[in-house]
Amino acid sequence: MSNGAQTRAGWLAVSPAILWTVLFFVLPFVAMALKSLWPQGSAGWSIADYQQFFTNDSYWRALTNSLEVTSMVTIFSVLLAYPFAWILAFIVPERWRRLALMLAVLPFWTSYVVRSYAWLLVLSENGVINSALVNIGVLSQPIQLANTRFATITGFVHFFVMLLTLTIYANLKQLSPNYRKAATDLGASPLQTFIYVILPLTLPGIMVGAFLTFVLAIGDYITPQILGGNNELLMPQLIMMQIGRRGDFASASALSIILMVIVTLAYLACARWLKIERA
Amino acid sequence: MRYSLKTQLAGGALSLLLMTGTALATDLNALIWCDHSDPALLKPFEDANGIKVNVKEFEGTGAGLAIVDQSKPGDWDVMVIDSIDVPKGVAKGLFAPLPEDKLPMADLFPEVRLDAKTMADGKRYGITEKFGYNTIGYNKSKVDVRDMQSLAVLTDPKYKGRVAIYDYYLPVIGMAAMSIGKKTSELTEADLPALKDVLLKMKANAKAVTDVAASQTALATGEADILVGGGEWVTAGIAKDKPDLDFSIPKEGAVLWSQSLAMFKDSKNKDMALKFIQYIMSPDGQARLATSACYWGMPSNSKASLNDDQKKTLRFAEQPDFLKRAQGYPAPNDALDKNMQDLWTAVLQAK
Repeated sequence: MSNGAQTRAGWLAVSPAILWTVLFFVLPFVAMALKSLWPQGSAGWSIADYQQFFTNDSYWRALTNSLEVTSMVTIFSVLLAYPFAWILAFIVPERWRRLALMLAVLPFWTSYVVRSYAWLLVLSENGVINSALVNIGVLSQPIQLANTRFATITGFVHFFVMLLTLTIYANLKQLSPNYRKAATDLGASPLQTFIYVILPLTLPGIMVGAFLTFVLAIGDYITPQILGGNNELLMPQLIMMQIGRRGDFASASALSIILMVIVTLAYLACARWLKIERA
Repeated sequence: MRYSLKTQLAGGALSLLLMTGTALATDLNALIWCDHSDPALLKPFEDANGIKVNVKEFEGTGAGLAIVDQSKPGDWDVMVIDSIDVPKGVAKGLFAPLPEDKLPMADLFPEVRLDAKTMADGKRYGITEKFGYNTIGYNKSKVDVRDMQSLAVLTDPKYKGRVAIYDYYLPVIGMAAMSIGKKTSELTEADLPALKDVLLKMKANAKAVTDVAASQTALATGEADILVGGGEWVTAGIAKDKPDLDFSIPKEGAVLWSQSLAMFKDSKNKDMALKFIQYIMSPDGQARLATSACYWGMPSNSKASLNDDQKKTLRFAEQPDFLKRAQGYPAPNDALDKNMQDLWTAVLQAK
């Protein structure tokens, strides 16, 4: 086959994917960008909806709230997921591993909304945690756990720990045992082996999982809406608020574009680790 | 066998049409709130007319009108809409005039006809089908019922941490306005700073700001003892299981909510659409709508065939007094509406 024919065949092969991307990503994105520049009720193009974001404290706070919550979720999820993945990869016996992995993905089998409402019941004043703490005398009266940032983060972490565990587990399983053996032969302690050998080699898996966690959490509406109790607004809630009664799609589009910029920046920050091939 | 590109495209389009399914021309397509999806409400109408009512639920006028914008003219036959937002649909040229002589206008509670909103140029475009109050919902076993007779309770430190606020800025701003002696219909930009002060005090006193489902859950589970913006729409539907839940109309008054039915100008099934509206406005339809599984509310037809228990739960006999003291939703122009929403955003973000 000539080079020209090969090139044409290549384009033909990827054309469905390109068409799909153009139809369902590029065109909607362009439409959204254009919409964001034509504020509701205005007679022409304007960046008023972007200006509003940077001049209105409560809009800006939605972004800082989102970044704070998402960062905490990502950090806690990684800190919890890594030991889980380690235990699954190296400590759980081979014959139990499949069952352990199945248990790890079990939460994914429940609807996301149902799971969030379940957490609301667990964290409520009459819920399992408060009742237990009051009954064993740790608390004299229930404390507010539901409808707080704590509740939002708990709901998120519960979901994303599982996602991260699987990502890191896959990474750990790919590591040849020879790395650990070689480090031990060279006199490294288990802690030194972990810090100087294992951790750097599993960093791509951690970063992929952390990036996915960040992207999925920062754009999520359900969990903060159900568990956070609207005591503070995150970006997705602010976006939804623009649409609910007023149908202000221009403002909602501008806020969505800003959220996409944040995700893009997060991608660029993690890009060096987000590679498919192993070095 | 080879097919031309045109043939293949046509085939593909037909397959897509079949896959997505299309409503039959004899069906009625209704853009509704959740109270209209109750089979107990729809089935008698479907059985009587031998048709299927296809419903699409939405929350918020903006979301509803967005669905209409994304649809073809004629896709929808009827719509449920906030009565104060009927003019928005009229301004967009969506609605058809309704024949008053074929509707039970004389039987409606006069205070909920809301002609200023549901009529334009002497023609009726919406008919109020259900109403109620955004007021103080509470658990009478947990609070002093006498305290619930004044809106001052909303900022009373006595109930700090025991209050939930319904997350909808218009009625809650209306309640804040009434608590400082302002009329909901006369609010202007100049009132916003004073309203913000009240709302911030309310937020500081509250445990949570909750959406529709969470509001009901908060009162029902004891998470909150008082719901700002609550009313019969929260308490009546669960009154059998939670008899301690009740609502008051404080001395300052309450905010009247009302929902209307409108018929689309481009409906392909106007006769059936009108029949549907007539059914909903009939005594039986009104009773079923008022006691719908999603939420209860007062029927706007005073002759609704509710039984005694249902009337008692809805406090039917007290309505003349309630209506006398109620004020309508704030109905701001677009600029003030935007500023009210921003005010609400600032209140939600306050620490």
